[in-house]
Amino acid sequence: MKIHKYDTVIVGAGGAGMRAAIEATKRSRTAVLTKLYPTRSHTGAAQGGMAAALANVEEDNWEWHTFDTIKGGDYLVDQDAAEILAKEAIDAVLDLEKMGLPFNRTPDGTIDQRRFGGHTRNHGEAAVRRSCYAADRTGHMILQTLYQNCVKEGVEFFNEFYVLDQIIVEVDGVKKSAGVVAYELATGEIHIFQAKSVIYASGGTGKFFKVTSNAHTLTGDGQAACYRRGIPLEDMEFFQFHPTGIWRMGILLTEGARGEGGILRNKDGERFMEKYAPVMKDLASRDVVSRSIYTEIREGRGCGPEGDHVYLDLTHLPPEQLDAKLPDITEFARTYLGIEPYTDPIPIQPTAHYAMGGIPTNVEGEVLADNTTVVPGLYAAGEVACVSVHGANRLGTNSLLDINVFGKRAGIAAAEYAAKSDFVELPENAQELVVSQVERLRDATGTERVAELRKELQETMDANVMVFRTEQTIKTAVEKIAELRERYLNVSIQDKGKRFNTDLLEAIELGNLLDLAEVMAQSALARKESRGGHYREDFPNRDDVNFMRHTMAYREVGDDGTETIRLDYKPVVQTRYQPMERKY
Amino acid sequence: MATPTLDKEDVKPEAGFADSPYITITLRVRRFNPEVSADATWEDFQLEIDPKERVLDALHKVKWDMDGTLTFRRSCAHGICGSDAMRINGKNRLACKTLIKDINPGKPITVEPIKGLTVLKDLVVDMDPFFQAYRDVMPFLVTKGNEPTRERLQSAEDRERFDDTTKCILCAACTSSCPVFWNDGQYFGPAAIVNAHRFIFDSRDEAGEQRLEILNDKDGVWRCRTTFNCTDACPRGIEVTKAIQEVKRALITRRF
Ligand SMILES: Cc1cc2nc3c(=O)[nH]c(=O)nc-3n(C[C@H](O)[C@H](O)[C@H](O)COP(=O)(O)OP(=O)(O)OC[C@H]3O[C@@H](n4cnc5c(N)ncnc54)[C@H](O)[C@@H]3O)c2cc1C
Ligand code: SF4
Ligand code: FES
Repeated sequence: MKIHKYDTVIVGAGGAGMRAAIEATKRSRTAVLTKLYPTRSHTGAAQGGMAAALANVEEDNWEWHTFDTIKGGDYLVDQDAAEILAKEAIDAVLDLEKMGLPFNRTPDGTIDQRRFGGHTRNHGEAAVRRSCYAADRTGHMILQTLYQNCVKEGVEFFNEFYVLDQIIVEVDGVKKSAGVVAYELATGEIHIFQAKSVIYASGGTGKFFKVTSNAHTLTGDGQAACYRRGIPLEDMEFFQFHPTGIWRMGILLTEGARGEGGILRNKDGERFMEKYAPVMKDLASRDVVSRSIYTEIREGRGCGPEGDHVYLDLTHLPPEQLDAKLPDITEFARTYLGIEPYTDPIPIQPTAHYAMGGIPTNVEGEVLADNTTVVPGLYAAGEVACVSVHGANRLGTNSLLDINVFGKRAGIAAAEYAAKSDFVELPENAQELVVSQVERLRDATGTERVAELRKELQETMDANVMVFRTEQTIKTAVEKIAELRERYLNVSIQDKGKRFNTDLLEAIELGNLLDLAEVMAQSALARKESRGGHYREDFPNRDDVNFMRHTMAYREVGDDGTETIRLDYKPVVQTRYQPMERKY
Repeated sequence: MATPTLDKEDVKPEAGFADSPYITITLRVRRFNPEVSADATWEDFQLEIDPKERVLDALHKVKWDMDGTLTFRRSCAHGICGSDAMRINGKNRLACKTLIKDINPGKPITVEPIKGLTVLKDLVVDMDPFFQAYRDVMPFLVTKGNEPTRERLQSAEDRERFDDTTKCILCAACTSSCPVFWNDGQYFGPAAIVNAHRFIFDSRDEAGEQRLEILNDKDGVWRCRTTFNCTDACPRGIEVTKAIQEVKRALITRRF
């Protein structure tokens, strides 16, 4: 075992982690621990763009953007945070351009902008061009640009290091962060990183669903590590289902395709979104479009012999436009479906896409131990965190924005905190939990297989807590997850070695997914209303009287060692926007 | 009613993408684990698969259902993260972008690690020398003078000039298909040159001369013998050889 000492440790090297690292490295001795090589992070998969009211192509301002974000989030957004997001968006985009990001350009040479779902002119009048983009690989360009600037700044990376535990110590009755415990993939060695500040930037948790746009590695490790150490998780019932995943595979086809003029059609060729969202049509917010697709499918207007998908039609767009603006996603259709998007519509279905919930933070990225108490030295930013700028439903292009705005804020705050603080003493045997977890799995002889349990988990999540939920379906999921957690204790792996033991890590990742799935299902069960991405058929309306509040889920361990989830609630920060009915 | 889900077995053929029956394939994988043996060996796995699935799906079937010790890198599963470049039937490709039906599944499908980088375990190679070459070409925008308050202006044509080389996902398929690199690991390799190109031809950048000097080195662009292996290997469709040629020309004319 090795012990390292850094001022600031960042967990994750996606957009949020690297944006934080650029700031933290300038101000403090910083290490970035990442389970993937930085450029493999899933930020690179983002396609459509990053929102900012630059007003380069038409009138726009950050106040309209703030409003859209709050309305898009079905009023569960903390309004102070949304205002910061929209205001700082402009500098966030300009920062990236100055770092070298090759945005598409207007004829004047400024950054070009395009339409995206839910982004409107003057509080909902019409779609506005607010998304700054680089073809349909904006996330790729952000990830590359940030990595390039990390190289320039000499950021220190520990690649293929898996953070498996968060060290929390109570000092005079105050919970403080002392560092993290990591597992080195190449050698199997355990490392302790003692740090004054720790920033979680470890991304989402989409892999508990089967049909998902998320990478195999998005297993919620950061959320799970903090949760197990007593940090609550906020709004975990809110998960976004993106309307246009490739049928059966879940690979994303950006909303930018509809921003460029693409149309959703049912088996009769009808442009069905006109019925559900007369003004915004195909560019209504994602939760609305995903529900509309499934309504079409349920009412027998789905396509294909099983009637289980609808079409994304790009055939009326000129091939040159597709080549220039949507080269990657048209290639996905060719590669994975053998379909030519110039002439044929693309079969799509909603795909599990984005975790609105996560580790609760304030606008400086400081992690909260309850509704108000900050955990000194602990920060989170990006998809792992819940600020909350996305509320019950994130608008497209607001996450690439989030990771830049709050990644930067967390990087600065963490480094400044480190500069004025001392190391917190490590507890004895800080590595104990990880060592025992690893040893238990290596020595296990049980009969259960990781892949089988994961498959069953994904199937139950898709069937029971996806776009439509009821008390009954959620309870089915809760029971199934409990069964799977029980069986997980009896799981064994085949690779007993030390080098590159991905068999072992997949088992650990499954444990994280199971913990988080349970939190999600329990949070969803208790929220007896429909709001944004959380749609309860048995409670189809939003209920502001009882549920205009964030869910806070705590892990409780009884004296006999039994684990339960305690749900509490946190008020939503409202500044100037009163909740209204959400129409598009 | 719950969200409709799909049971793969039930899906019937539909116009445009006829469903194909499952077939049996042999996956012949190059195995190496120094904890077990100093020698690499071939191992055959037989499995059932829908030919429209990816080689990555086949590897997962082996790992998840047959042999958990099989080790490879992967993340995004759709050709975007650059984790899973490997030699499939003797050619460098991404496992997640290669469909079984496109690689003659009637015969055993061979899968080996990419060449020229040290194999650490099964299909996992040491990527550090690859990333070091990348870092050596100053892969970041360099500008002088005061920062403008708004964005730097760039015409759509100037932006287009280096569009192709911005697509690189650093998968190493090109570099590890290059015979010059196999013989001499000191050569920067195509991927590093592609990333230098991305900045040399960016109208906003002011360090083109420096990068050209780096590539003028004995291990630089002049080692390229224009075999086009790299262009064939690139899963992003980047015209790698052309980019290298453009850098060579810029070195001669000092115009870029
Ligand atoms: C296909 C797709 C398209 C999208 N398109 C858009 C878009 O157009 N616009 C938009 O705004 N948003 C988009 N999003 C959402 C957005 O891309 C993501 O929410 C965002 O990039 C997340 O960034 P992140 O930095 O939080 O996490 P990630 O980029 O996922 O990075 C996570 C990092 O954490 C590391 N990590 C994870 N676990 C551990 C561990 N245990 N130990 C150490 N390191 C760990 C990983 O190695 C990785 O470096 C899209 C998402 C997807 C999936
Ligand atoms: S140029 Fe192509 S093959 Fe080479 S590293 Fe980049 S993406 Fe991979
Ligand atoms: S797994 Fe990401 S490129 Fe293949």
